[in-house]
Amino acid sequence: MAKSPPTAKDNNTRRFVFNAWLLMLARDRFALFAAIFLLVLVGVALVGSFALEDVATKQNLRGRNAPPFDFNKDWIFWLGGDALGRPLLARIFLASRNTLMIAASAVSFSLIIGCFLGLIAGYTSKFFSHLILRVADVIMSFPSLLLAVIILYMLPPSVINIVVVLAITRIPIYLRTARAEVLEIRERMFIQAATVMGASNKRIIFRHILPIIIPTMVTIATLDFAFVMLAESSLSFLGIGIQPPEITWGLMVAQGRPYLTTAWWLSFWPGLAIILTTLSLNLLSNWLRVVLDPQQRWRMEIGDQKNG
Amino acid sequence: MAEHLLEIKDLAVVFHTIAGQVQAVNGVNLHLDKGEVLAILGESGSGKSVTASAVLNLIDMPPGEITAGEIRFKGENLFDMPPARRRDINGKNIAMIFQDPLSYLNPVYRIGWQIEEALKVHGAKEKEARLETLRLLEKVGITEPISAARKYPHQFSGGQRQRVMIAMALALRPDILIADEPTTALDVTVQAQILDLLVNLQKETGMALLIITHDLGVVAEVANRVIVMQNGKVIEAGSVRDIYFKPSHKYTKQLIKAAPGKGKFSLGISSSNPLLSVSKISKNYGVFRALKDISFDLMEGETVAIVGESGSGKSTTAKILLRLENANSGSVFYQNQDILTLSDQDLLKKRRDIQMVFQDPSQSLNPRMTVLQLISEAWVIHPDVLPKNKWLRRVEDLLEQVGLEKEYVRRFPHQLSGGQLQRIAIARALALEPKIIICDEAVSALDVSVQAQVISLLKKLKKDLGLSYIFIAHDLPVVRDFADRVIVMKEGQIIETGLAKDIFLKPQKKYTQELLLASLEPDPDVQLARRNTRKKLLEYKI
Amino acid sequence: MTNFLIKRAVTSALSLFILVVLVFFLIRLTGDPASLFLPLDASEEAKEKFRDLNGLNDPILHQFFQYFSDLIRLDFGISLRRAEPAIDSVLRGFKWTLQLAAITMSLVASLAIIIGSIAAFRVGGFFDRIVTFFSLIGASAPDFWIAIVAIVVFSVGLGWLPTSGTGTVFHWVLPISVLFIRPFGLILQVVRGSMLNVLSAGYIKTARAKGVKDTAIVFVHGLRNAMLPVITVIGDQAAGILNGAVIVETIFGFPGVGKLMIDSILQRDFAVVLASIIITAVAIFVMNILIDIIYAILDPRIRY
Repeated sequence: MAKSPPTAKDNNTRRFVFNAWLLMLARDRFALFAAIFLLVLVGVALVGSFALEDVATKQNLRGRNAPPFDFNKDWIFWLGGDALGRPLLARIFLASRNTLMIAASAVSFSLIIGCFLGLIAGYTSKFFSHLILRVADVIMSFPSLLLAVIILYMLPPSVINIVVVLAITRIPIYLRTARAEVLEIRERMFIQAATVMGASNKRIIFRHILPIIIPTMVTIATLDFAFVMLAESSLSFLGIGIQPPEITWGLMVAQGRPYLTTAWWLSFWPGLAIILTTLSLNLLSNWLRVVLDPQQRWRMEIGDQKNG
Repeated sequence: MAEHLLEIKDLAVVFHTIAGQVQAVNGVNLHLDKGEVLAILGESGSGKSVTASAVLNLIDMPPGEITAGEIRFKGENLFDMPPARRRDINGKNIAMIFQDPLSYLNPVYRIGWQIEEALKVHGAKEKEARLETLRLLEKVGITEPISAARKYPHQFSGGQRQRVMIAMALALRPDILIADEPTTALDVTVQAQILDLLVNLQKETGMALLIITHDLGVVAEVANRVIVMQNGKVIEAGSVRDIYFKPSHKYTKQLIKAAPGKGKFSLGISSSNPLLSVSKISKNYGVFRALKDISFDLMEGETVAIVGESGSGKSTTAKILLRLENANSGSVFYQNQDILTLSDQDLLKKRRDIQMVFQDPSQSLNPRMTVLQLISEAWVIHPDVLPKNKWLRRVEDLLEQVGLEKEYVRRFPHQLSGGQLQRIAIARALALEPKIIICDEAVSALDVSVQAQVISLLKKLKKDLGLSYIFIAHDLPVVRDFADRVIVMKEGQIIETGLAKDIFLKPQKKYTQELLLASLEPDPDVQLARRNTRKKLLEYKI
Repeated sequence: MTNFLIKRAVTSALSLFILVVLVFFLIRLTGDPASLFLPLDASEEAKEKFRDLNGLNDPILHQFFQYFSDLIRLDFGISLRRAEPAIDSVLRGFKWTLQLAAITMSLVASLAIIIGSIAAFRVGGFFDRIVTFFSLIGASAPDFWIAIVAIVVFSVGLGWLPTSGTGTVFHWVLPISVLFIRPFGLILQVVRGSMLNVLSAGYIKTARAKGVKDTAIVFVHGLRNAMLPVITVIGDQAAGILNGAVIVETIFGFPGVGKLMIDSILQRDFAVVLASIIITAVAIFVMNILIDIIYAILDPRIRY
């Protein structure tokens, strides 16, 4: 089937592709809300947390455990106040910074290292491949939370240590997926074509293979961000994660636990923040996965959905 | 007027995509009667498969939608039937076999079970089903049916799998069998066997056969009538002889003209300088011996065709010549050096002289690179061939040389057709100004009308640039007017080699003769004669 | 098939060995293993005595052999708090966790497979959207938060269920429910995705062409093929359920190995911690081998 000669629209290929993506995002309302929520959240963490930092740390013993939805008060107290009278809304903003930063650092770290090791394991000699895989097996064979718990037992729970521990436990996920993808891609014809032209291994890995695995890796990273956030929250909840005066949402939930029956809002709002964030990440990751899979993409490309 | 067994009236099917609606089938009319063999001939995108899928309710809806028309089976409109009755017709009255039996057979169930299922779904009891399955397997030529029934699809060869599919389709003695490109994925000799099987079964049971194909040879071999489709419409319809000898539509004429194997034979090369000297190459994969002491020469300015079926070792030979694989023994001399033992650095330089065009351009071109990047990558790897500021100009020149407009430099592969992509692959191969180009089934993945264009492009380039080719193919007709010499391979060995004319007109070895007889000729008279010869040969063999 | 099993057993043994070595070095990473094993306020003499007794002043290779042979005999030392061999505490707790995990995973697997398959078959439909929505929420929920909210609502507020401990069937309801939610959400998504992939395969068309009914298409033809990638994920999640078990056991006072580990960590009862690590790792390796066996049973292309 012959295609038409190039048109003006095709010449702006990149802009066209970008617009197509936006269109597909708009079609999936959930993913759209998720994306917007996450953008707002990033704004809060980067800007809002600093803006409200003073308000969030100022103790006000008269406002101890102030209940929420009291619209007479300042808007900052509409979610209630904590045990030391600090406004919960501001606290949540403040805690977002640490929560997101720890998760982002851990994910970036494990993404880069896992990807790199996966590329090596997939493309180079059998020996390295096996060695890397065995070590990954070991890490994977252990529930990451437990591993984190144990290591943080032996080392002091500083922010750096937590990030490193969380990152290490997640590396095998990226490694395994990257390796599996590389193994499949390297059999493709255009890789052979590059070899025939004389391309070096380095060129093949970085110019041909890497750009192809990046979308899958990003999808996994999105999902993993949620997981790492939950893991950090669990650790902080158990008391072995972040220590006060640093604050994350997980720690806020833990701090509210003694007051569950009297001041439920102390644990409720931070937990809700966690849920909304991880939900958005899951939705976005789902959307990404469908968009990047040519076979399932048509479902998104249709305007009206009909029943099968 | 007597009603037809199957009648399709004004069928229209659309697919909804983000780019809008694609009209896959646009007003198709056809009819099929008992005992008839009707072929639907068309290239990719013609709508032939969609039409057939509509009969058995196999179109995914969404994104597909049947917007108009009716399909009548024995007078009843299938679209008006209650779902249970429609489902009952599938398998019992109308059955279908597909192109790629590996992905169309469930990999996790034994084939015996899958055939039995066809029977049980329509009411047979366990014991009857099992006996009938064995009988069917025997009928389609599967030896040792009892042990075969217990095996899984991946344990069979391509031809055997297709036989299993046929057995499954015929289980309930349907009135109509629809075959969607049933032999496209098979080897030439196996293709002939399967088509024979279909024709014999059809004659024996008196069922109607609707066969979908892009190959005029298949039409000539099995069909009584043919309809030609293009872009969702029926272009022409009639008996096979009428359409072949008196085509009225331009497109039909084009298709007939493009069918390979009608040109003049080459006269051969007078040069006596072997450019490439392949000597006693052997290659093993574990226990499997892929190549056994292969030797041949490529003369300067020559086109040598290597023809073989799957497992012959032709692709392995190409890979070894290009150092994509390492041989276990043997040598390949080029410019007085054994390229199999070159160091990486020396090899890099030599690579400029020997380049490759791969089979499927949609796979051999990185989908994320523009045409400019794809072709100039050669100069990124070999910076001393051309300075960077001259790249764009040279790419444009190359595009022109392969018959494409220079505006294509900024396009991506998915925006181009198969033929255009293969031209780009050829341009890429030319970028390093090689002396030898190895074409590994370079036209097999293209539509028939495009194949002829690409081959004539290759011929022109050879003349203009003084190239030598090693052209690998799975079928003889396509190399008939293109090759100077032909090498026939089977199971890792060279069976016969000689001038193209000699191989085609005076084949010495039996396998070469079988190969020639198995290839399908679009001319129905020629094909009939060939079929008779083939039958005689087979009887003689038994 | 036996070849395959042997290969798997060998690789698992190798990985287990690496784990054991890593743990050995981790313990010594802190500088003074004695301070790990003994209470924080132990005197320097007590620590010195401990070191002598346990050969901590011997050459490293010597220590490793001792450590290794102890491990083989399942001798992890004496639990400081419970005054019994650490291995006994761990095995006792393990029984509880195993039951909790097994019941939960069985529920998760069976429900996720059925619901996910149906959702994929009618993709884009009402059932599919609802199911996807809830499974995504489930997969996003922090179990500790759900646990405490559940306690507030069901135990304190409504008084239907006990807050902690074991004893009656009711004591299991909340822990299993909370533990169920996340793996269920995740596996449901995976089943759905895998089934969607499978349903577009050629052999599904063949089945339709044969006249096979819809339920058979999904559950006979589709399911077994769709299960292949899902099994691996179920294996991962089953291992991961220990993550959730730690939280759930801690909050609901369930005497499993997760709670044991946290308690031991907070009480600095290192022998128990060590024993838990090794036993858990062994259990996970065994489970992975089982998963591989199931995979080979489901997929004849591996066996033949």
